[in-house]
Amino acid sequence: MDEVSEYLKNEREQEWRVTLRGNMKNKERIQIERVSMTEQDPEKRNKDFTEVNCGLSEEEARREAQRCLDCVNPTCITGCPVGINIPKFIKRIEAGEFLESARVLKETNTLPAVCGRVCPQEVQCEQACFYTLKLNKSPVAIGHLERYIADYEQNSGKMSVPDILEKNGVKVACIGSGPAGLAFAGDMAKKGYDVTVFEALHEIGGVLKYGIPEFRLPNRVVDMEIDVLKKMGVKFVKNFIVGATASIEDLKKEGFKAFMVGSGAGLPNFMHIPGENYIGIYSSNEYLTRVNLMNAADPEYDTPVISGKKVAVIGGGNTAMDAVRTSKRLGAERSIIIYRRSIEEMPARNEEIEHAQEEGVEFMNLHNPLEYYADENGRVCKMKVQKMKLGEPDASGRRRPLPIEGSEFTMEIDTVVVSVGVSPNPLIPQSMKELDVSKWGTIIVNSDTMHSSVEGVYAGGDIVRGGATVILAMGDGRKAAESMDQYLKTREF
Amino acid sequence: MNKIIEKEYFSEAVVRLVVEAPHIARRRKAGHFVIVKTGEKGERIPLTIVAADMEKGTITLIIQRVGVTSAKICELEVGDVITDVVGPLGKPTHIEKVGTVLTSGGGVGVAPLLPIVEAFKQAGNRVITVLAARKKELIILEEQMREHSDEVIIMTDDGSYGKQGLVTNGMEEVIQREQVDLAVTVGPAVMMKFATMLTGKYNIPTVASLNTLMVDGTGMCGACRVSVGGKTKFVCVDGPEFNAHEVDFDEMLLRLDSYKTSEAEAYENYLSNHPKSK
Ligand SMILES: Cc1cc2nc3c(=O)[nH]c(=O)nc-3n(C[C@H](O)[C@H](O)[C@H](O)COP(=O)(O)OP(=O)(O)OC[C@H]3O[C@@H](n4cnc5c(N)ncnc54)[C@H](O)[C@@H]3O)c2cc1C
Ligand SMILES: Cc1cc2nc3c(=O)[nH]c(=O)nc-3n(C[C@H](O)[C@H](O)[C@H](O)COP(=O)(O)OP(=O)(O)OC[C@H]3O[C@@H](n4cnc5c(N)ncnc54)[C@H](O)[C@@H]3O)c2cc1C
Ligand code: SF4
Ligand code: SF4
Ligand code: FES
Repeated sequence: MDEVSEYLKNEREQEWRVTLRGNMKNKERIQIERVSMTEQDPEKRNKDFTEVNCGLSEEEARREAQRCLDCVNPTCITGCPVGINIPKFIKRIEAGEFLESARVLKETNTLPAVCGRVCPQEVQCEQACFYTLKLNKSPVAIGHLERYIADYEQNSGKMSVPDILEKNGVKVACIGSGPAGLAFAGDMAKKGYDVTVFEALHEIGGVLKYGIPEFRLPNRVVDMEIDVLKKMGVKFVKNFIVGATASIEDLKKEGFKAFMVGSGAGLPNFMHIPGENYIGIYSSNEYLTRVNLMNAADPEYDTPVISGKKVAVIGGGNTAMDAVRTSKRLGAERSIIIYRRSIEEMPARNEEIEHAQEEGVEFMNLHNPLEYYADENGRVCKMKVQKMKLGEPDASGRRRPLPIEGSEFTMEIDTVVVSVGVSPNPLIPQSMKELDVSKWGTIIVNSDTMHSSVEGVYAGGDIVRGGATVILAMGDGRKAAESMDQYLKTREF
Repeated sequence: MNKIIEKEYFSEAVVRLVVEAPHIARRRKAGHFVIVKTGEKGERIPLTIVAADMEKGTITLIIQRVGVTSAKICELEVGDVITDVVGPLGKPTHIEKVGTVLTSGGGVGVAPLLPIVEAFKQAGNRVITVLAARKKELIILEEQMREHSDEVIIMTDDGSYGKQGLVTNGMEEVIQREQVDLAVTVGPAVMMKFATMLTGKYNIPTVASLNTLMVDGTGMCGACRVSVGGKTKFVCVDGPEFNAHEVDFDEMLLRLDSYKTSEAEAYENYLSNHPKSK
C-alpha cells in the first residue's frame, strides 16, 4: 500500500501538476457546475440503436477537468476497483494532453472506453470523490471524462499499446473473454506471458457483446479495445469450450502452466410459474443475445426475434432495463417493467431507470406475475399479476415484498422477458470435479489471490461473485494476474 | 473456420459433410452435437455429430434442408469453410447392454439416430430400427442403418417403399412379436409423441432425443427449454436425450413453431434469390 501512496505522491509533485494546481484557485474550481452529458432525443432514440449518451465536447471535458482539486489524498482512487490514477488522468485533460491522459488510464485499465460508459460510477469512484464526501456537491464526472479520453484516443487513430516486458515464453490460458478474462489477459501480456483466451461463443467480449445493448455500449468500441490486446500479443480462440472441446488436463499437455477461469454467469433463472414456457416468453439472456449478438432486429441477419407490441419485462436490474429499452426499439407500443418492489429498491442504475422513463417505458412496481396464458397457437397473450406491498426489511436490508391477497388481475401482453437473475455458468465446475464450489455454484477462491482449490487455477468475475459489475470482474482479473505471476515466478519450467 | 473435405448427397435434400474439427473429433461421443453457424450474418443451429475420425481430425454431419440455414449449409462445397463450429455439446448417449433395443427415426431425426444405433449395436444389443417417411424418396441412411441394425423396417405414408403406415405401426409389429427392453426415438416432435404413447402402453422404457430450437447451445439462453417430469430442463446441457415418458411433447411442439411464419417467409425469400437451390 505504501508503495502506492509513495507513487501517487511523487506523481502529484511533478512540475506540470504543481503548475496546473497554481493556475486556478480551489474556490473557483468548486464554483464550476458539473457537466451534464448531451443525450439523444428520447423520442428519436427509442426507435433505433444509436448510442444514447453523446459524449462530451473538448470544451466540456476541459472545464469539467478543472473541477478536480487534485487532492493530496485522492479518495476517488479507493472507489475504483482497478485503481486508476484518477487525478493524474484528469489533470492531463486540463492540460489538453489527451493522448497522455489515455496512457494513464491504460496503466491499470484494459477497457477504459467500456468502463467510462457502463461503470456504476455513482457508487464507485464518484461516490468516493472529495466533492461527494466533504463538500456535499456533485462529484467530478470521472466516468464521463474517462469515456472522453478513451473515445478521443480511439478516434485519433493513434491507439497506444502498453509497454510489454520481455517475452518469457510461459503459456497461460484464460477461459472466457468477458471483462475478467480481458483484464487478466492484458496484465499477463504486459508481464511478458504468452496468453491464450478461449471463448465458447463466436465473438469475443462476453456480456459486453451479447448482453449490454448497442445503445449503451457499441460493439465497435469493445472491438477496438480488444484490438489493442491483440497487438499486445494476446491470442484469442473462439468457438472453444474448455471442459467440452478440451479439458484443462488436455491444455496442460499442450503446455499451459496456469489457468484463469472467467466464465461468467450463464444460466438464466426462471420463476417456475404456470405457462412460463409458452411462445413469446424469453429469458433476458436469450432476448438480448438474439438482438445483440445475432443482430436479429436486422432483416439481413438470419436469426429471428419476436418483436411484440405489448412487452412485459419481469425484474428490476440493469438487465431488465436493457431488455425493456430494447423492446421499445423493436417497435413495441407498450413496454412495461413489472417488479415486485418499489422503484427505490430497483437494483438498476438510476441513469438506466431515468433513460427508460424518458423513452416511454411504463413501470409497474409492486407487482408480481403469477401465471401466463396462451392463445390457440401457444403464444402468450395474457398474464395474471398480483399487487404487492412492502413489509419488514429482509437480510439484504431491503423491505420484503408481500403479496396483497385478492389483488390479482390479468393484463394483455404478447411478449415477456424474464429477467430475474442468472446463476453461475456450470460448465467448468462440472468438468473439474476437484474444484470447490459454493452451494450457489460459484467457484470458491482466496479473495486475496483469486486462487481456487486446484493448484494453478485462478478464477474471477461473475463465476466467483455470482453477479457483479464489469469493473469488479476486471479488478478480479488483475488480481489473479498479479498472484499468478508471483506463483509462476517461483517455479522452474 | 472449419474446412469441408468431403460432400455426398443422400437425396436432393439431405447432404453428408465431413468437416475438419480435430479437437471436437477427439472428445466426441455418441449423442453429442455441435452448433454451426455459416457466414457473418448466419444463425446458430444444432447438428448431431454422426461420426468422428480421431486420426484425420474430422467429424461427419448429415444435414437435411428444411429452411434457410440448413439450405446454406447444404450448398457448401468441398474446400469451403463453415464459419463457426463449436462442440461437442450435450450429454452423450447412455449406452448399456440391455437386450433388445427398438429404435425409430423419421425426418430430421434419422441422422441423429445413426450414431445411437451404432453404439447400442457395438455394446452387444439386438437392435431393430424402424425408419419412416412420407414417401420413398425421403427415406435416408437406409444402408448405414442396415449395417448397424439386426433388422430395419421401412414405413412410408403412401406405401411407395417398405410397408405402408406410420412409424408406430412398424414399432407395434415388433413389440407384439418379441420382447423389447428399450426404445429410442428421434424425429419430429409429433412422431416422438406417438411413439412414446405406444411404448407407454407396453411399459417399455423409452428415450427420446429432442431437437428443440437453440441459440448458444451452452446453457446460457434457455431457448431450448422443455418440461420433463414437470420440471424445466435445458436440452443443450441436460439432454438432448430424456426419459420420453416424462417429456411434455405438446409444449415442445408448440415451441418448435415459435418462428414458423417468419422462418417460412425467410426461406421463400431465400429460394427466390437463389434459383439454383430450388
Ligand atoms: C444485460 C446486462 C447488462 C449489464 N449492465 C452492466 C452495467 O451497466 N455495468 C456494469 O458494471 N455491469 C453490468 N452488467 C454486469 C456485467 O456485465 C458482468 O458483471 C460482467 O460482464 C462479468 O464479467 P465476467 O468476465 O465475469 O463474465 P462474462 O462477461 O459473463 O463473460 C464470460 C465469458 O466466458 C465464456 N465462457 C463460459 N464458459 C466457458 C468455457 N467453459 N470455455 C470458454 N468460454 C467460456 C462465455 O461465453 C462468456 O463470453 C450487466 C450484465 C448484463 C447481463
Ligand atoms: C440436438 C439436435 C441435433 C440435431 N441434429 C440434426 C442433424 O443431425 N441433422 C439435421 O438435419 N438436423 C438436426 N437437427 C435439427 C436442425 O437443427 C434444424 O433442422 C435446423 O435448426 C433448421 O434450421 P433452418 O434455418 O434450416 O430452418 P428453420 O427455418 O429454422 O425451420 C424450417 C422448418 O423446420 C422446422 N424446424 C426448425 N428447427 C427444427 C428442429 N430443431 N427440429 C425439427 N424441426 C425443426 C421449423 O418448425 C420450420 O417448419 C438437430 C437439432 C437438435 C436440437
Ligand atoms: S474504471 Fe470505473 S470505477 Fe474506475 S475510475 Fe473508471 S468509471 Fe470509476
Ligand atoms: S477526490 Fe475528486 S476532486 Fe479529489 S482528486 Fe479525486 S476526483 Fe479529483
Ligand atoms: S440453447 Fe441456449 S440454453 Fe440451450
